[in-house]
Amino acid sequence: MRGLLKLLVAAAVVSAATGLWLTAPNRVAPERFANLTGDSIKGEHVFTASGCASCHHVPGAEDKLTLSGGMAFPSDFGTFYAPNISPDSEQGIGGWTLLELANAVTRGVSPEGQHYYPAFPYNAYNKMMDQDIADLHAYLQTLPASAVPSKPHDVGFPFNIRRSLGGWKFLFFNDQWVIDVPPELERGRYLAEAQAHCAECHTPRNILGGLDTGRWMAGAPNPSGKGSIPALTPNKLTWSAEDVAYYLESGFTPDYDSVGGHMAEVVENFSHLSAEDRTAVAAYIKALPAPGTK
Amino acid sequence: MKKTLATVAVLATLATGAVAELPQAVKARQGQFNLMALNLGILGGMAKGQIDYSAEAAQAAADNLVAVSSIHQAALWPEGTDNMSIDGTRAQPVIWENIDDVMAKWGAFGEAALAMQAAAGTGKDAIGPNMGKLGGSCKGCHDTYRAPQ
Repeated sequence: MRGLLKLLVAAAVVSAATGLWLTAPNRVAPERFANLTGDSIKGEHVFTASGCASCHHVPGAEDKLTLSGGMAFPSDFGTFYAPNISPDSEQGIGGWTLLELANAVTRGVSPEGQHYYPAFPYNAYNKMMDQDIADLHAYLQTLPASAVPSKPHDVGFPFNIRRSLGGWKFLFFNDQWVIDVPPELERGRYLAEAQAHCAECHTPRNILGGLDTGRWMAGAPNPSGKGSIPALTPNKLTWSAEDVAYYLESGFTPDYDSVGGHMAEVVENFSHLSAEDRTAVAAYIKALPAPGTK
Repeated sequence: MKKTLATVAVLATLATGAVAELPQAVKARQGQFNLMALNLGILGGMAKGQIDYSAEAAQAAADNLVAVSSIHQAALWPEGTDNMSIDGTRAQPVIWENIDDVMAKWGAFGEAALAMQAAAGTGKDAIGPNMGKLGGSCKGCHDTYRAPQ
């Protein structure tokens, strides 16, 4: 009997330790970023392609570069609010080193070692090149500072236990490409899978909020309530690659209806990228496999 | 049998009720957006090279956009015609909380249409950038005020 008890205690200790180990924040190796110097001009492209402003600008504001945050993201787990990422050293991220930004953007770990909620698309940004992160870091410093404090997330138990996000990451964190593509489609894949994080809205999620990669970009319910996010997969999307590229440039569908909702922000970003980049994303979209065939 | 027929009749009436005709104001505003799409399609087709450029046709399409933009909007947006109140519209209730902002955005479409009107007849290459401005004016309103499909 005593032996069994000992065994149970030992098992509990091991599983608790495993749990703590599994859920501990996993940071990047500092030497990866030690010798990188950011270029703020190139960083603007990274910033635009990655859509940072689309979520972090003040809701309803014409000024899309003062990134005080505040935009609400309703979900099954609660409502998340985009934080202040302006260069303010108190309320924003002005004091962050490149390494701290890299850990936030590619690992979802704050400078204090807390997990971020995956409403922040680090599970896409984790596929970004280190130099792009360095350039982004340089560019973010050039934006106007705002002393508006970040709004706390409105998330109930048990999802308010940040440590549990370590379990989420264990299950779903993936810094490998989702779709295999030939070399000529790699640029489009980089833009779509890593930077523009298209799948965050266009791919359905499982009950734990992880992306269902077997139905990659197959469309999903709109987390904000009404309507749905359209599928980009060949079983649904009837647009040509040219149509997709033109939509990303002008916001017009092939029927000359116009883009709306959050996608209007995405098109705004893409309209500032090069025609080559839009064509590359369109080619990647047209190469997506039908759901269930990957 | 009689009861079944009566039930069918009642259900049919209810079904008809469910697809009640849209208020005239809603049909009218949707009609104006269709007019915009039709004429934008002519200009966009020319910009993309899918339709042969014709200065006359491009000018006519741009003139139509300006004509649509000059329609006074007040009568088209009565209270109670948002997507929470009726089916068949994607107009968000927030429109009526910010009607001045919505009308300012309609004005931005008018400015973009005037720029297209000045450029459309001068050559194919002048269309593209002005399509961008027009698209921007559509986005400017649709990002907040139109519900997704």
